[in-house]
Amino acid sequence: MVDLSINCAGIKSPNPFWLASAPPSNSAYQNCKAFEQGWGGTVWKTIGEPVMNVFNRYGGLDYNGQKIFGLNNIELISDRPIEVNLKEIAETKKLWHDRAVVVSLMVESKRETWHEIVKRTIDTGCDGIELNYGCPHGMSERGMGAAVGQVPEYCKMITEWVTEVSTIPVLVKLTPNVSNIQLPARAAKAAGADGISLINTINSIIGINLDTFELRPNVGGLGGHGGYAGPAVKPIALHLLSQVAIDPEVNLPISGIGGVSNWRDALEFILLGASSVQVCTAVMHYGFRIVDDMIEGMTNWMESKGITSLDQIRGKSLPRVNDFGNFDLLNRTIARIDQQKCIHCNLCYIACEDAAHQCIDLTPVNGHNKTEVREKDCVGCALCSLVCPVENCISMVRIDDGSASKTWNQLTEEFRKNGKQMTWENLAEFQHKHGIEIH
Amino acid sequence: MKNIASKLPSEQYEKNFSDLHPPFTQNSAVAEANRCLYCYDSPCMKACPTHIDISTFIKKISTGNLLGSAKTIYESNWVPLTCAKACPVDVLCEGACVYNAKGEKAIEIGRLQRYAIENYFDKGMPALFHKAPKNGKSVGIVGSGPAGLACSAELALLGYEVTIYEANKIPGGLNTWGIAPYKMRREDSLKEVELVKSFGVDLKTEVMIGKTVKVDDLLKKHDAIFLGVGLGESPQLSISGEELSGVVGALDFIEKVKTENWENVHVGKKVAVIGAGNTSIDAATEAKRLGAEQVFIIYRRSDVEMSAYEFEYELAKKDGIVFHFLTSPKRIIGNSFVEGIECLKMKLGEPDIHGRRKPVPILRSEFTIPVDMIIKAIGQETKSSFLSSIPKLTLDDEGCVIVDRTTFQTANPKIFAGGDCINGGKEVVNAAYDGKHAAHGIDKFLSKK
Repeated sequence: MVDLSINCAGIKSPNPFWLASAPPSNSAYQNCKAFEQGWGGTVWKTIGEPVMNVFNRYGGLDYNGQKIFGLNNIELISDRPIEVNLKEIAETKKLWHDRAVVVSLMVESKRETWHEIVKRTIDTGCDGIELNYGCPHGMSERGMGAAVGQVPEYCKMITEWVTEVSTIPVLVKLTPNVSNIQLPARAAKAAGADGISLINTINSIIGINLDTFELRPNVGGLGGHGGYAGPAVKPIALHLLSQVAIDPEVNLPISGIGGVSNWRDALEFILLGASSVQVCTAVMHYGFRIVDDMIEGMTNWMESKGITSLDQIRGKSLPRVNDFGNFDLLNRTIARIDQQKCIHCNLCYIACEDAAHQCIDLTPVNGHNKTEVREKDCVGCALCSLVCPVENCISMVRIDDGSASKTWNQLTEEFRKNGKQMTWENLAEFQHKHGIEIH
Repeated sequence: MKNIASKLPSEQYEKNFSDLHPPFTQNSAVAEANRCLYCYDSPCMKACPTHIDISTFIKKISTGNLLGSAKTIYESNWVPLTCAKACPVDVLCEGACVYNAKGEKAIEIGRLQRYAIENYFDKGMPALFHKAPKNGKSVGIVGSGPAGLACSAELALLGYEVTIYEANKIPGGLNTWGIAPYKMRREDSLKEVELVKSFGVDLKTEVMIGKTVKVDDLLKKHDAIFLGVGLGESPQLSISGEELSGVVGALDFIEKVKTENWENVHVGKKVAVIGAGNTSIDAATEAKRLGAEQVFIIYRRSDVEMSAYEFEYELAKKDGIVFHFLTSPKRIIGNSFVEGIECLKMKLGEPDIHGRRKPVPILRSEFTIPVDMIIKAIGQETKSSFLSSIPKLTLDDEGCVIVDRTTFQTANPKIFAGGDCINGGKEVVNAAYDGKHAAHGIDKFLSKK
């Protein structure tokens, strides 16, 4: 029997799917509706200082006819008063004991103000607090959000103000708009945070109108940077998640965020160490109903793999996150084209010819072109297999037996020991010895 | 006619003859264009008789470069709107789409081409090509169908003085007269004529070469001549009763549907179409859509041998056309009006010289189908008497003009030819290819002088 329940830094929920602190989790109406449809938790849209939104606040990035491949926004934190939100949070939690209700907070950088909001939030009966150190627009200019997340010292100071009074778990939500995500994560840890949420949105300009030269979203002729989210940011989120998850100085539970649109995405986050995942853009595109497939799809996948609890797979891919210097230079693959499956689109040919290593031959046969890999010249880069539109038509085949494994780090060490410089000539000698010819 | 089908409400005609393949909206065109894999050296391009660089024009639709898309199309084909709407895409470009091999729906190339070209006309046909300075040579084009138009456009851009001689009052040839209205309206063909005229081509209508103007005079006046005269009348059935009122030729009938108000085109309550080619299907479906209660197609051989494309056959069946295969007309019954057609059942015998099994009558198998109208659609004859009157022209056994297949030059070096008059009746797209390449044949010939 598959059990999807999770415990993220002491916050428990029946499944790992939480609404991210964002427009879908703005009100009791929305959060209760989401719970009815199966969401395991919510991070209530950030409450705090008085704000007023502009009207036009989202910009969509469409790609090849796919709508909202990315989404950016200049919406602020909740534009409803703290009192209204706290009342609704208390009502919601009363109705939904088994779901995780986490409240996102952002107030001005004063110790007393933080103490007060934390106490009032705890009084709602909610399960946890998330500190919004990530919001990249509107609030950062006022010294909040990303302005805090980008400076580890501020991050530590404010987190301490929260943890010194909080009786419930505290998650610190990080901004990706930093050069080293581990630094603010360590600051949060040092300040006593119970967990990390990441990533918040990425600074972005989503696009320009080619007729008017206006930015999108366009507010009366003006636009500016907004927070970028959606499927397009997932690879960035996965990378930053892995960086925090492998950092022994952090070692905290993580709620993963960034382009999670379905159960497959969620599993990738979990395999890189996330305890729960938070979703916003996919809900903004399709509504709460997507959680049905998320729960069912993940359950079916786990059943097919004989996995009964997410604890069994959490972080399972982390040991594979490694440095280039440790990759085997002699792990050789080449491309093979299945002629039975080939539909003769010749995309592999033109990609290899113009953008890779010119090792696919195109020969006319019976009115169409036959594409064939010249194996001795193939460097195994895999580009052809990526552009091929037919499933399993081009496969990357391993041709070495593993006996001659050598990493860059090992090679440079070997050279050093033998008193050899890392020169093109010495490298060519190594390549030649292993039958590798680079044209 | 004895029993004329009752008129339909005017909105019903519009509905019956509305677009078989409706135009794309911008969003749907871009979505479809994005579905295209952008194959390299693509099979669709090879399958197109004019070799339009299809994946490139589709890619340009996906980026919103619609003018560039139109230019890519025109680089290969001067009548792309007609081709987009009338080409048998299932057996040409779309039939070759790699998606078929994947077991998925082919890209809707015809509709995408229509989208790019209609946009081009909507934008007022902005100039896409550089026109070479006049070279002082002149070419006369006989016929303003697709072959003549393509040849004219290409020559005009190369700097030739081009004059088209069109026998009809309205130009465009079969693009204008011969395509079922649910595929294409007359206005579309005329737009393509206008584009060619915009290159400085002089179009003279109601000029019948051989009658209004002598062939010799034409040869004196121009440095070269291109014949794009197409084919002529439907041949006789050569059975009794053919002179009765209610017996019409398929092309005359189809032309009427394209030129007159639909409510003025009379069809019988019951109609028999003789023959099972693509023109037969057009005639049959048009008769049905004009209000005929029952329409039959009568064909000597079986569905395997018929020349109509599969999708045309499907369209006819959807329209409720009843097929009488292995049935040969014996005589038309009636006094002054058609009242019925007596037919004979056939069986297939030995293959003929073309490899098609010959239909053999079954003795005493006569039966009569009561009909009010008979449409003859057993092909078109070549304009053999006109063609034989042209000096030094050689014709093959079928009466088609013999040309060099690269230069399209006839046995008379000053005369070139293309389209149906050299191939006996193929697609618009074949004529478009012939005309364009004949222009280069002419250019090569005249440049040498």
